[in-house]
Amino acid sequence: MSILKTEKVTFEYIRHDEEGNVEGTITAVNDVSLDIEQGQFIAILGHNGSGKSTLAKHINAILTPSKGTVWVDGMDTSEDEKIWEIRQTAGMVFQNPDNQIIGQVVEEDVGFGPENMGIPTEEIWQRVEESLRAVGMYQYRKHSPNNLSGGQKQRVSIAGVLAMHPKCIVLDEPTAMLDPNGRKEVIRAVRALNDVEGVTVILITHYMEEIIHADNVFVMDGGKVAMQGTPREIFSQVERLKELRLDVPQVTLLAYELQKQGVPLPNGILTTEEFADALERVKKGSSTNGN
Amino acid sequence: MAIELEHVNFIYGEDTPLAVKALDDVNLMIPDGQFIGIIGHTGSGKSTLVQHLNGLMKATSGDIRYNGESIYGKDFEMRKLRSKVGLVFQYPEHQLFEIDVFSDVCFGPKNLGLSKEEVEERAKDALQKVGIPETMYYQSPFELSGGQKRRVAIAGVLAMQPDVLILDEPTAGLDPKGRDEILQQIKTLQTETGLTILLVSHSMDDVAEYVDRIIVMNAGKVMFDDVPKSVFAHVKELEEVGLAAPQVTYVMQELRKRGFEVGEDATTVEEAAKAILRCLKA
Amino acid sequence: MLRDITLGQYYQTESVIHRLDARVKLAGTLIFIVSLFFFKNYWGYLVAALFLAGVIKLSRVPFKFMVKGMKAIVFLVIITVLFSLFLTPGEALVSLGKLTITKEGLNTAITTTIRLSMLIIGSSIMTLTTTPNNLTDAMEKSMRPLKKLHVPVHEIAMMMSIALRFIPILLEETDKIMKAQIARGADFESGNLLKRAKAMVPLLVPLFISAFRRANDLAMAMEARCYRGGDGRTKMKPLIYQKRDHLAYVCLLVYFVAAVVIGRLHF
Repeated sequence: MSILKTEKVTFEYIRHDEEGNVEGTITAVNDVSLDIEQGQFIAILGHNGSGKSTLAKHINAILTPSKGTVWVDGMDTSEDEKIWEIRQTAGMVFQNPDNQIIGQVVEEDVGFGPENMGIPTEEIWQRVEESLRAVGMYQYRKHSPNNLSGGQKQRVSIAGVLAMHPKCIVLDEPTAMLDPNGRKEVIRAVRALNDVEGVTVILITHYMEEIIHADNVFVMDGGKVAMQGTPREIFSQVERLKELRLDVPQVTLLAYELQKQGVPLPNGILTTEEFADALERVKKGSSTNGN
Repeated sequence: MAIELEHVNFIYGEDTPLAVKALDDVNLMIPDGQFIGIIGHTGSGKSTLVQHLNGLMKATSGDIRYNGESIYGKDFEMRKLRSKVGLVFQYPEHQLFEIDVFSDVCFGPKNLGLSKEEVEERAKDALQKVGIPETMYYQSPFELSGGQKRRVAIAGVLAMQPDVLILDEPTAGLDPKGRDEILQQIKTLQTETGLTILLVSHSMDDVAEYVDRIIVMNAGKVMFDDVPKSVFAHVKELEEVGLAAPQVTYVMQELRKRGFEVGEDATTVEEAAKAILRCLKA
Repeated sequence: MLRDITLGQYYQTESVIHRLDARVKLAGTLIFIVSLFFFKNYWGYLVAALFLAGVIKLSRVPFKFMVKGMKAIVFLVIITVLFSLFLTPGEALVSLGKLTITKEGLNTAITTTIRLSMLIIGSSIMTLTTTPNNLTDAMEKSMRPLKKLHVPVHEIAMMMSIALRFIPILLEETDKIMKAQIARGADFESGNLLKRAKAMVPLLVPLFISAFRRANDLAMAMEARCYRGGDGRTKMKPLIYQKRDHLAYVCLLVYFVAAVVIGRLHF
């Protein structure tokens, strides 16, 4: 069954000039239709201003579409009475780690969601422990969030969402403000969530190396879905990605440059290993040809 | 015109049980016109280091000389140093405050006590250098896109016409294209004006293509200080301290392991492609 | 600098006082403060001092740490003392030019000093031994009857705890913006009052913008985690009275009666 389905979703907002007159409307999301299966790891890519964050906020019913419909686990997000159930089903992690932690102690922050849901005290403790263990932050449960690194703070935020037992987690550029170590930590935690807990993950990012393990990738541009496919399919279109202000991993770019020079390498190489294997085959091929 | 650091130490919270040595016996020579990358993970001391260079932080011990003169001397004018060594902080767009772009860029030169004409000329010059068109001069800085805001903030420091420009993580939070654009602009600036540039980053991939020299910081110490090629040769040590060489370095290493004779020089995609082609043809 | 103020900071350690229900500590602090204003002789203050000393001992917070936190308000105490010393009319004791110290003034000065210091130490014990979160919870629960009068008790408590969470973040941010503007030649230190006030603009504008941005982000994050006010919320750490809390209330009552009776005796 699909956990998230959007049909022709458009989101417009009105821009005002200094006197408050309507200057025009801006279409941030334009006619987007998606269908995402329970348990998948989805990546949404796009440059800044491509509409990916606006789309993400629709999944958690922070925004509702101007046109079209969003269903989360079969629930229409424009129905007001469903809003809390939707937010519980599709949790959300934001970009700035400082601006989403409410508690002054790690465990209290993780308990915030369940408290809002009216979960009995004993079960809150159980959920907090499970969630903190799942992201590897259990030993920090008594710490103040102010003393944690960026990566640790984001893992606490993920635990805070996990404690609400969602079916789906949307992460809106969770690594944009982190250093490489923090980024690795967070991505590892996110992957574990998907593999071990079976939670559907929707990861929004502009770091290409973070999407290699995704089941499906959507690339957004100008509010529309510009590309869609497996990471390999996406990465094989280097020129198109560059047009969309994106990047490919260096190894993919290297393979692409060599291809252009006539070296017969396959499309969409993602890892160092793959590259070396492919190059070995090329070498063998050319030496047999030479014979 | 150079900055020299001699046995510089900095200790946070001295005399408390929580004292942390943020800089540990740092010795550096920063000559004119170099493009230097300062690399290190969070907490390695790289941000502390650059704040010493324009006197925002004072060393616990050791000496820093600007053009041969100790900046801790009694008669040294700290304000002058700050105008000559410009520092662009992380997320510099968070310091914008004026009603329009142009006035904001004027803030720095105005503080130097220059005439109105001179101030405006410098502001225009700086905005031009970062690629902000005149049509945006009288817009509110808060209405610009993230990348534009950042350029305006960089122009705000450039307008003071420093000899040395330090940028702390200038690409943080930008998308890949925005990152490349800013780095390219900094490179152009450096080649055209001969400015000394220190680029603080935690990403090897970003700086490898642009800089002449890399200083790797770890636990408050200078771990490596050399041309990129030589620094990346220490892949193992870099990884031990939580840093990584550019992915190309790993590719080339793997190829060498499998018997390809690709040499050890390549640190960028372009160089690597050339080396591999040469190897395949041989 | 702002970070050096230890007044009101939580001191992490294990003690009976730390384990007491925050409501008991809240009530205790109030009772203690009220008692100070009932005394008519110095014996009352002696009883209060003994009680305070006992509580400090039980709390295991080093006295040195408490005194360090008081440094920030010594100035306030001195001013109050000077005012009462010189400005209370009555029987003259010493005259220094135009200034006269009266017997009543001396008396007031001494009692004010004792009262103020005890008041400050007394309330700092509460904040030193109670996490801010527990404290806001206790306030919320104790003020619950006010909800009938449409006082937004839960909202006030939530605001307090969010403020406490963001104070260190905003302090750090202030420091950062200040440095960034100094790097652009800003001068926060010289000039007259007007000039200095003007110099604050480049600091305050970015700080306000940042505070609003954070507030906006936080509100969104809270809603995304199903926050919808106090109704229907459960507590991860509910306040439940234990045996020791009841015992503590009895101790407080005994103290109050004893101190007030002794403090109002005529000898």
